[in-house]
Amino acid sequence: MKIDDLLNQTSEWLKGTGPNSDIVISSRVRLARNLEGVVFPHLAAKKQGQETLEKIKDALLENDYLKNSVFLRLVDLNTIDKQFLIERHLMSRELAMKPENKGMLISQEEIISIMINEEDHLRIQIMKSGFDLTEAWNIINNIDNALSEKLTFAFSDDLGYLTACPTNVGTGMRGSVMLHLPALVMTKQINKVLAAIAKLSFTTRGLYGEGTQAAGNFFQISNQVSLGQNEAEIIENIKGIIRQIIEQENMARNALLQNNRQILEDRIFRSFGVLKSAYIINSAETIEMLSMLRLGQDLGIIKNIDRRMINELFILTQPAHLQKIEGKKLTPQERDVRRAALIREKIGQ
Amino acid sequence: MLCDICNKNVATVHLTEIIDDQMAELHLCENCARQKSMEMEQQFGLADLLAGLSNFGEQVEPQVTMKQKCNLCGMTYENFKKIGRLGCSECYKSFESYLKPLVKKIHGSIQHIGKAPGKRKPLAAVKTPKQKEKVVSLEELKKQLQSAVQNEEFEEAAKIRDKIRELEKSGENK
Ligand SMILES: [Zn+2]
Ligand SMILES: [Zn+2]
Repeated sequence: MKIDDLLNQTSEWLKGTGPNSDIVISSRVRLARNLEGVVFPHLAAKKQGQETLEKIKDALLENDYLKNSVFLRLVDLNTIDKQFLIERHLMSRELAMKPENKGMLISQEEIISIMINEEDHLRIQIMKSGFDLTEAWNIINNIDNALSEKLTFAFSDDLGYLTACPTNVGTGMRGSVMLHLPALVMTKQINKVLAAIAKLSFTTRGLYGEGTQAAGNFFQISNQVSLGQNEAEIIENIKGIIRQIIEQENMARNALLQNNRQILEDRIFRSFGVLKSAYIINSAETIEMLSMLRLGQDLGIIKNIDRRMINELFILTQPAHLQKIEGKKLTPQERDVRRAALIREKIGQ
Repeated sequence: MLCDICNKNVATVHLTEIIDDQMAELHLCENCARQKSMEMEQQFGLADLLAGLSNFGEQVEPQVTMKQKCNLCGMTYENFKKIGRLGCSECYKSFESYLKPLVKKIHGSIQHIGKAPGKRKPLAAVKTPKQKEKVVSLEELKKQLQSAVQNEEFEEAAKIRDKIRELEKSGENK
């Protein structure tokens, strides 16, 4: 498998399948692990970083769960490839910024991705479609168990797994669920919901990156606390809060259908119209319009367009994806034209 | 020059930001800059935590000074406060008197109860609430058994013994 092969497949997390996939886009679990007695990546000298990279790479390639994966050295990747992997949520921006001695491994269906020498020596991530944190945890737990037979992880009996940042110490685990909450946004209840989540020590991020305003009504909810609760408890706590948010979003969707159906249909069909007819469209507008289209599909207002196609368009219309499809560098203006053409091709007629 | 965000007010704050691997210059009015810095603060919640903790650190009078170096990686706590990252796993021991209160503030706990690598079992694994109950009642049963035996109530003792066996079995299966 090569990077370019990824372009022709749908990432597992975008398939639009799995439990509650009308509201829950994807579930993700990640573990942070470090090697005992080795300084963290940001302090490692060149030779030491290289040794760590090779040692972890060898352990990963021997792991039964990671057969048929592709291993990449960041120094071998060009800017578009790196951006491409970030857009697919396989890699962090941080890994791309300083490529020296950094590596990553991606499983065939893009369910597993592992970063080497990022903030911690190892960052293991599992992504599943829909609301499926438990399955993601089961997979990652198996991989971690197998790896701990080859590598000695930094661990203390009182603080658990030791990480470069104390916010991750303990289980080293972060569970996240990506939600599409257009009805809570439209009914202006979202801030109340987000404030309640924050009070319970969960963090919310937008779809793209950290600290940015949530684009296209996508919100990623994660646990903040990684110490003092075991992994199963952390997973159950996130599941509990996500169930409540799903219920709220469903109530808001029903309220819109009952009380404001015309306004709702107007917004959805206008968005559909823009996507079908635009010749120039930027990525912010695309995400807004696709969000409405997806809501329309969820509610049965838009027919004959499947969820997977809409999910795919969110990613295919990103800058690096467009440039890989085109096979060359495009200026932002050229991208806006190419993006509009791609969308028309996929959902037009 | 007008503000890049609102395009209305005069830009008085100039920032460099890295977006998509590219350096971008941002020229902002005071209003928009304040907004932007609020977003950034949310992003760097740890810096706030660290700032908030510095007073706390003085109260407990830690044995190490902020300039003392970790003996494995050479990092100081002062340096950690600047970059928000420790240098190595030994730092947790080297700066224990500073880090314990910080960890407690972040997580509300300083005791790991999750999994441990390989065959290593965390000492604290028995501290999860359910198992704790079990430990207590098992101890109680053993006391009851002892007194039953002492009082020669053998039927009662046999019942208690069976209960103990059951409990021990269910504990093993967990
Ligand atoms: Zn302004
Ligand atoms: Zn250190």
